[in-house]
Amino acid sequence: MSVNTNVLGGNKLKLRRRASLSDTNLLLIITCIVFVAMYASAVIFLKKGFLKPQMFFNILNENASLIVLSCGMTLVMITGGIDISVGQVTSLVCMSCAVYLVNYHGSVLGSLLIALGIGLAFGVVQGFLVAYLEFQPFIVTLAGLFFAKGLTTIISSDRVSITKDNCPAFDKLCKTEIVVPFLGSVNKKGIYIPAYVEIGVIVALLVVIILFCVLKWSKLGRNFYAVGGNNQSANMLGINVKLTKFIAHVLCGLCAGIGGYLFFLHAASGSPLHAQGAEMNAIASSIIGGTLLSGGVGNIAGTLVGVLSLSTIKNIVTSLGLEDAWWTNITVGGMLCIFLLVQSIVLARRHRNKK
Amino acid sequence: MSTNDLTISSKKSFKSFLGKVVHNQLFIPLVALLLLVLFNLAADWFLHADTSFFQIVLKPSSTGSKILTGNLITIIDNASELALLAVGMTLVTSAAGGQDISVGATIAIAGSTVLRIVKGYSPDISGGKFAVVIICSFLLCVVVSAAFGAFNGALVAFFKIQPMVATLILFTAGRSIAAWINNNDNISINDERFGYFGNFIPGIAIPTPVFITAICLIIIALVLKFTNLRLYAQSVGINSSSSRLNGINPKIIKLITFIILGICVAVCGFIKVSRTSSITYAVIANNIEMDAILAVALGGNNLGGGKFNMTSSVIGAYVIQFLTTTLFRMKVSSSAISAYKAVVVILLIIMSSPFIRRWLDDRKSRREAARVTKAEAALEAAVEVAGDVAADVTADVNAGKESV
Repeated sequence: MSVNTNVLGGNKLKLRRRASLSDTNLLLIITCIVFVAMYASAVIFLKKGFLKPQMFFNILNENASLIVLSCGMTLVMITGGIDISVGQVTSLVCMSCAVYLVNYHGSVLGSLLIALGIGLAFGVVQGFLVAYLEFQPFIVTLAGLFFAKGLTTIISSDRVSITKDNCPAFDKLCKTEIVVPFLGSVNKKGIYIPAYVEIGVIVALLVVIILFCVLKWSKLGRNFYAVGGNNQSANMLGINVKLTKFIAHVLCGLCAGIGGYLFFLHAASGSPLHAQGAEMNAIASSIIGGTLLSGGVGNIAGTLVGVLSLSTIKNIVTSLGLEDAWWTNITVGGMLCIFLLVQSIVLARRHRNKK
Repeated sequence: MSTNDLTISSKKSFKSFLGKVVHNQLFIPLVALLLLVLFNLAADWFLHADTSFFQIVLKPSSTGSKILTGNLITIIDNASELALLAVGMTLVTSAAGGQDISVGATIAIAGSTVLRIVKGYSPDISGGKFAVVIICSFLLCVVVSAAFGAFNGALVAFFKIQPMVATLILFTAGRSIAAWINNNDNISINDERFGYFGNFIPGIAIPTPVFITAICLIIIALVLKFTNLRLYAQSVGINSSSSRLNGINPKIIKLITFIILGICVAVCGFIKVSRTSSITYAVIANNIEMDAILAVALGGNNLGGGKFNMTSSVIGAYVIQFLTTTLFRMKVSSSAISAYKAVVVILLIIMSSPFIRRWLDDRKSRREAARVTKAEAALEAAVEVAGDVAADVTADVNAGKESV
């Protein structure tokens, strides 16, 4: 991997780390402002649905798995790597769990263990190859992507759906709705409908909180930033660089497993076409949230805001009446472009001022 | 004594020759090609196939003219686009130190542009005019692709965004832009002359994409031979700031490599739509970016930028197509192919990893050290023996003297 040169001059890691952390905060603030502005303008100009709390919670319901995937991706990106296999791992998890539940009449707990096991296995193998054998992360995870994709179609090339008949326990689980207190809306008939979230959202938020705390306050989290900021200085400080990278990949694999199970909970089916391009969405969310692909800069809270921004803009485009599918992708691409330019300009200006 | 020396030196030169071969960049792709050929020969032998994998037949096609058919022709034909992409991708990888993941989407844009122009004219125009339409559409698609390449390049060079992230924008939006160009209509061209560029020209037995790719490869080879592009791209990739101090403008070089990739993509898009005379925006050239990056990696080039070997990248592209065709021959379904490809990728990265290389070098140096100590020991022993002999001789002489 190329050594990160665009972070800051100066040899002392302490100085460098403090500077990168404040970079992180700056990018996070920009993202938050844009998200709030976007949602506020949607509320003002498109009164249809954005005023209802349920609209916001629907965004969460639909993107619970993407939030978890993006968190894992952010961890790996902070250490300077990348994992492009997460989308296909999600697809593989959905397919294996569906086949396990339908064809083998397995239990729900068993399917959860399968999901975690698959994610962990991918994380451990890829982490070992990247960290200890020093392969390029892009190529290793590309192999993982190919492998997961092929394996999914080998397990079953058709869609496997879970219904009330073939697995009642799971069906009950994925239809569970948790009522959010004090938030709800009154429909046209005057009946109060409380807002709800699915179980996936709770799990996703838990993952976000745990990883946020790990990155912010634990020694491991600080090591992630140090390794991503500068490999060699981190090594000289006595940080076990290889182990840190390995742990980042394992956590990312685990997140892919959890994210895959959340996707499965939401979709209640397995198909080779599930989560197509989720890895790119996860990378895009991380970048919008202020993570740099070169490593050393990033924030889990930003990633959460990134996912929300990405899906809000999709919702805005749909409710503007531009039903055609291509407009969504073009706007998302445009937004990504603007975010990247803003980040690049802001960071460049700050560095010039520091010098 | 002298003959012994000679054998040793010849052994050494053979070993150094072997070392040179193994360390050559062409070694990995060529060995992979050789393995695939051997595998297919073995499969021919064991499966008692009626027709060999390597058989090439001259058959009359559906239109009546005679064409060459056979697996080898299919491989060379289908790998045309991949080889072109590998060329552009190698340059981008070398100068920018990252990969362009938007090539598949840009192929869709280029193809959509071509179809829009050609469809705009009625299908029953005469020969000369048709040629003008084709040439115009091709030129426009080159301009459009080069512009998108320049967009990527500008993000990478001037705004210092990592190539993978910068090209993520077009990766997301590209296919939608392609659909937008044609208002999401399913366009197909009924004129059979349009299909000449992706299939066969009547009277010529070899598929046209092979010629197009050959011409492009020759042009690229000439450019690399007679300009400083290779040197500049490599120096920018190895150390951008020191090459700037030496009077090279790294931003312009990066931009140029992305524009060249854009032109390669335009040619690919043209071939792709000509093959089917139609376009499916979501499917055309799907996942081709991964194959292109794989071709560069298979060629032994460092994906972090710097030195590159164009020949081995191109061979890498053909090896990937060879692998795909071999898997089809073994009746692997097209959707499960990627699992087998993953195994190849893993083997590949294990073979070319710095870790394994270091381990091999360690072993080599240790063996050499062992040899040196052995030789020293042998020398010492020889000296001792010589000393003993000399002592014996002197003793004998002394004894003789005494006896005399």
